[in-house]
Amino acid sequence: MKVTFPHMGRAWIAIKSLFEGLNLEVVVPPPCSRRTLELGVRHSPEFACLPLKINVGNFIEGLKAGADTIVTAGGWGPCRFGYYAQVQRDILTDLGYQFDLIVLEAPDSRLSELANQVRALGVNISYAGMLRAIYRAWEKLKAVDELEESLRYCLPRVTRPAEAEKVLHEGLQAIEAAVTAREIRQALKMGRSRLEGLPYNREPVARIGLVGEIYTLLEPSSNCEIERKLGYLGAEVHRAVSMPQWINDHLLGGILRVDSSQEALECASPYLNDWVGGHGRETVGYSVKYGREGFDGVIQIGPLTCMPEIVAQAVLGQVSQKEGIPVMTMYFDEQTGEAGVMTRLEAFLDMVQRRKQFAAAR
Amino acid sequence: MKTIGIPRGLFFYYYYPLWRTFFEKLGVQVVVSAPTNRRIVDQGLLTAVNEACLPVKVYYGHVLDLCHRGVDYIFAPRLVSVEYRGYICPKFMGIPDMLRAQIPDLPPLIDIKVDLSRDERQLERDVFELGKLFGSDRYKVKAAWAAGQQELEEFRRIAAVGFPLNQAVTIWERAGEAPMASGDKTRLNPGGENIRTGGEASEATPRSSDLTIGVLGHGYSLCDAMVSMGLVRKLQELGARVVTAEMLKTDEVEAYASTLPKRMFWTLGKKNIGSALWMDEEPAVDGIIYLACFGCGPDSLVGEIIARRVVNTPFMMMIVDEHTGEAGVVTRLEAFYDMVARRKNAV
Repeated sequence: MKVTFPHMGRAWIAIKSLFEGLNLEVVVPPPCSRRTLELGVRHSPEFACLPLKINVGNFIEGLKAGADTIVTAGGWGPCRFGYYAQVQRDILTDLGYQFDLIVLEAPDSRLSELANQVRALGVNISYAGMLRAIYRAWEKLKAVDELEESLRYCLPRVTRPAEAEKVLHEGLQAIEAAVTAREIRQALKMGRSRLEGLPYNREPVARIGLVGEIYTLLEPSSNCEIERKLGYLGAEVHRAVSMPQWINDHLLGGILRVDSSQEALECASPYLNDWVGGHGRETVGYSVKYGREGFDGVIQIGPLTCMPEIVAQAVLGQVSQKEGIPVMTMYFDEQTGEAGVMTRLEAFLDMVQRRKQFAAAR
Repeated sequence: MKTIGIPRGLFFYYYYPLWRTFFEKLGVQVVVSAPTNRRIVDQGLLTAVNEACLPVKVYYGHVLDLCHRGVDYIFAPRLVSVEYRGYICPKFMGIPDMLRAQIPDLPPLIDIKVDLSRDERQLERDVFELGKLFGSDRYKVKAAWAAGQQELEEFRRIAAVGFPLNQAVTIWERAGEAPMASGDKTRLNPGGENIRTGGEASEATPRSSDLTIGVLGHGYSLCDAMVSMGLVRKLQELGARVVTAEMLKTDEVEAYASTLPKRMFWTLGKKNIGSALWMDEEPAVDGIIYLACFGCGPDSLVGEIIARRVVNTPFMMMIVDEHTGEAGVVTRLEAFYDMVARRKNAV
């Protein structure tokens, strides 16, 4: 059994480690590229949201690279993501691919069920072995997330941002190569101290909160590398959701001591008083929270036609007015052009900076 | 007497008889917004976010229409789920918050939460709260709710006889004004009782033809002539018998929907997929048209599943939004109709 899976930012490092720990042969799909998107767009329903299309591209490239099994996640609505796997199976089967599809259903199932699903996936794996594999993957996931966070802090401050990115890249390679938890932590520490050691000469022009739909937030190829662009433009970016936090909140019921979205969710009221599927409520909650914490602006991103984000978008205008924080919404699909994104980001940052200057002068 | 406004949009076409009866029994005067017109659409477009789908924008227009009429309350429920383990759409779950954020000087919204995904307790509680607001005790609320449910059943019976939901609403309302025996209602329309037995089509049948077209989509798009561009009426004028999901037997539709490898968790998606698969195997249905609104999340996947699984019957997906021109719709419908007719004659 050769297993492949969809990309979602740098989660592949942890997923690869998990599957290898389960004695599976892993085919990591090639990094998301123009080609991936083209393949996905050609074979997916036109009006599906962008993550589905990029997933299909990943699957096709993974299967072409020799995989025979696809492992992906699912859910039980109302967000479209819950039905992705079924549609993707239809598409790939009609294209003539032969494969097994294994869907790990997240939100409805209890922790033990998920553990059993993971174990059933493994080949000749003991319970202890499975737990070890999960633990190592979890450590890697956290390390990658923390290193990325350090980069978000560095990028607007260092003299040569490209160098910082190179350091991150090498740090990620070290995390990927690490075997024990100690090695993982060491790789993280090393990467961090190297980032801190770079020459600094700038102060960020603005602090921006990035909120929105999780896939678009985490996968740079689906958002025109918005984090990187903002960093180069001199903005310090805080991203509302991360993989470890999502897993803790949605799969583990918030039992671990990592950052939780609970506090932000409470901020969503009275603007949005109920759960609306996907990350709609988180989007509103974090926007309010960033406003109260004195951020300079919030950017909401999501795939075009994303239902929960549209609900959030509708109330964000009011949030912006009442909490006194500029908010911009950007949707992405296969038509999104790099230059257009850049123009909007520059304009937003200019506006935010002037607003700050006016406030200081007053 | 207090007045409550019910916007003529979204789930109006599925639940209006229940809501109206319930409120009237509580002694509240019900005001319904005008049938969708250009002004309502334009107002909705101006107020709602661009990315929302047309039916949601139209709903905004209806709410604004009610605001101008000076009602005391507006009924805009938070519809999370209307059946066990099924959802509708995230936008329905957020609509009261969306309205409040975007329409200034809104009269108080009655945004009871309808969530039957697990059990009915939440709804029951909200309904009693609602009764209290209008000064009714539990007993009275219970009676009003039961009367509403009864009218809803009646309305569904009318629709099942062979009427699209909007026509069923009109018939139900007329029946309420001039009470008659329930037998009369069926005689009122020469409706195709059951297409398998080849019953006559509805009232408007200028050209005779024996084509039967299945029309699928969300009730609130199909029933709204401004959203659907009068799709059903146009087909009837072309001479087709129109079959909608409401005319099929619920258990048969469910059975077909359950052939999917994974349970479909959108209530309307399930209904449409089940109906499409039923129609696909039903020789009396000559073609299927699916009307979707641009940007509809569930339909982007449901449409794909149907298109890949309907194999015996010609299938057309029509996507409309506020920019859709009537002439384009007519051209596509005529072309589809002619194609289906030729195919039938050739066989």
